[in-house]
Amino acid sequence: MSFYYTEEQELFRKSLQDFLKKEILPNIDQWEEERQTPRFAWQKFGDMGFLGVDVSEEYGGSGLDFGYHAIMAEELGKTRSGGFGAAIMGHVSLAMVYLERFAGHEIKQKYLPKSCTGEWIGCLAVTEPHAGSDVAGIQTKAVRDGDYYIINGSKTFITNGVYSDYLIVAAKTNPEMKSGGISLIVVDRDTEGVSATKLKKLGWHASDTGEIALQDVRVPVTNLIGDENMGFYYIMQNFALERLVLSLSATTACEDALGYTLQYMNERKAFGRKINKFQVLRHRIAQLATEVERMKIFNHNIVKAYSEGQMVVKECAMAKLMATELSDKVMTECLQCFGGYGFMEEYKIARMFRDSRLGTIGGGTSEIMCEIIAKMVMDDVNY
Amino acid sequence: MYFKEEHHLFRQSLRAFLDKEVMPHIDQWEKQGYVDRSIWKKLGDMGFLGIDYAEEYGGSASDFMYTAILFEEVSRCNSGGFAGVVVSDVGLSMPYIRNFGNDELKKEYLTKSVAGDIYGCLAITEPNAGSNVAGIRTKAVRDGDHYIVNGSKTYITGGVHSDYIVAAVRTGDEGSSGISLLVIDRELEGVSAKTLDKMGFHASDTAEIFFDNVKVPASKLIGDENMGFYYIMQNFALERLAMALCWQASCEDAIAYTLQFMNDREAFGRPINKFQVLRHRIAQLASEVERIKIFNYNVARAYGDGEMVTKECAMAKLMATELGDRVMTECLQCFGGAGYMEEYKIARMFRDSRVGRIAGGSSEIMCELIAKMTVDAVGY
Repeated sequence: MSFYYTEEQELFRKSLQDFLKKEILPNIDQWEEERQTPRFAWQKFGDMGFLGVDVSEEYGGSGLDFGYHAIMAEELGKTRSGGFGAAIMGHVSLAMVYLERFAGHEIKQKYLPKSCTGEWIGCLAVTEPHAGSDVAGIQTKAVRDGDYYIINGSKTFITNGVYSDYLIVAAKTNPEMKSGGISLIVVDRDTEGVSATKLKKLGWHASDTGEIALQDVRVPVTNLIGDENMGFYYIMQNFALERLVLSLSATTACEDALGYTLQYMNERKAFGRKINKFQVLRHRIAQLATEVERMKIFNHNIVKAYSEGQMVVKECAMAKLMATELSDKVMTECLQCFGGYGFMEEYKIARMFRDSRLGTIGGGTSEIMCEIIAKMVMDDVNY
Repeated sequence: MYFKEEHHLFRQSLRAFLDKEVMPHIDQWEKQGYVDRSIWKKLGDMGFLGIDYAEEYGGSASDFMYTAILFEEVSRCNSGGFAGVVVSDVGLSMPYIRNFGNDELKKEYLTKSVAGDIYGCLAITEPNAGSNVAGIRTKAVRDGDHYIVNGSKTYITGGVHSDYIVAAVRTGDEGSSGISLLVIDRELEGVSAKTLDKMGFHASDTAEIFFDNVKVPASKLIGDENMGFYYIMQNFALERLAMALCWQASCEDAIAYTLQFMNDREAFGRPINKFQVLRHRIAQLASEVERIKIFNYNVARAYGDGEMVTKECAMAKLMATELGDRVMTECLQCFGGAGYMEEYKIARMFRDSRVGRIAGGSSEIMCELIAKMTVDAVGY
């Protein structure tokens, strides 16, 4: 019952699945333990051509449509490691997308080919200790000094924030203007004055999430992405994609959790019969499977519309809101079906549960999604 | 993605028709407890009853998405009862004759149904057998060229005023393998019906029907004898999809109606649509309605393409009707005291929604079905 993906896209999915199974899944536990994904993981993704799947061929990509990008988000959602998925997608959907969409030829030429091969890893640095979804409130400043910007400030909760090679930093270039005064600047990791500390988190252990300090960092003005003071607009544009990607991953994680739980329920016995014969649990699974199926169709519908170039700001916010809320529900109930084992790290449902919890916060909280949706539904505002 | 330009035009003309010919009478129909007969002829004249039916019976043989539009739009008339009787004719009764009936039955009943000269109802449920169809007791005993039918049916939408009854009867052994479907004309001796007093769906003449030695010609058998259970299971998918579409459209309608009220109504010096708690509630509900709508359209399209969507129809019905109750509860809340008054239609929408989780197989039955298909990997 799917009208969304083409045969070629499904073949791509299959090869990605095979790759993940062979090269990635056997290592996940170790990476979770080490609290970081090693560089060779990106390189392997790059070797297979996955990182630049929808980047134009001129800059080292395959020039395919967004559907492929979406499939990657979906398959990474099923690796039972939110942190690993975030490490890859943080590079692809957050860092690379800004370069591909808004940067000039020179920046693209310098950063994109190496990003496609996985030689370089990027991160997106917008959030600050005092400004999350309220992007207009950021305080990091970039002051023009001849052919350079001098950047000062701090960023936090940055995925790939510690080990990445370059940072796409949102900074105020005109503090007088509120949201209008923000620009996006590419900052190389090895520039003097850039430092980062790794944050300890509830979940997403395979991702290095960092706090970044920028102290008198001198960056050539040629590293400006797009036009000066247009950063807020770029960020808002890309938020739709970020939310869609989060929704896709959250939904496939739910699918995966249900499959995993059904398998367990078929093996586990209690009171003389398999626990998948107890009506209360059966109905719970039926409800969740229904919600996940519905969510999946909604997502796919948006992927298609997005690929066709439609503005789907509202729909992406809706998808992100519902998929991440659903994921918390699914993980909670699935873990419950495992009983005591659900609380043990031996069963991956424990990790899936804690990794899910970020969903309703990262990429704009559920409350922020509601604010956006309310404006569009109730006040006839358009984005 | 689901509708072409022609579909939109069809929706517009249907909407214009409903605004002119139905909306002005709804309150009266709700009050009298049934829909005026004259509406069938009008619907038939406009071709709305035959969109999904072959041209030889006067239909336009259009794709299923037109029928989906019909189900949606009749559900935007502030009366679950009106939508109920239309769907019970077009989506519940006529399909059995079209899908499983012989040429003679089709010619006799479909042509007139498409024209709106007659309309039908579907009678399966009995006082002691609802979703458990295999447990029905109404008996049809063969007597020469006739069946003699005895028994009773209940909760039958359109059960008092419809012209013919597609009835599930027992012609064979106990259980699912002994059930057949008969077309029983209202005028036959021994058929009687009593309107039931209901909490909502007031414009529907929902009935208890009695068969007392009713002599039905054997030629009125739909399809083969003792195959009724199979036919019913097949058409349940459509019934559930129809309900999902109806409830989703009602939800959309209720939210639009509520937004209008919230824009006009002031409290503490500002329109109530400025209060954040209410805004977020609406945002959540609007998101869920949007999602179920896309899901329904997707299922409708697959159904129209001839795919087996038993599981998906059950899912759609489960989710849409549960959402219906939630949406109506929260929307009514936004109206405050006015929501409790019959002057505002949200009160009716609220009570009409409640039957969604019961009719056409309860939510619990949907879960049983879905669980079998997902947990036990059973295929239907």
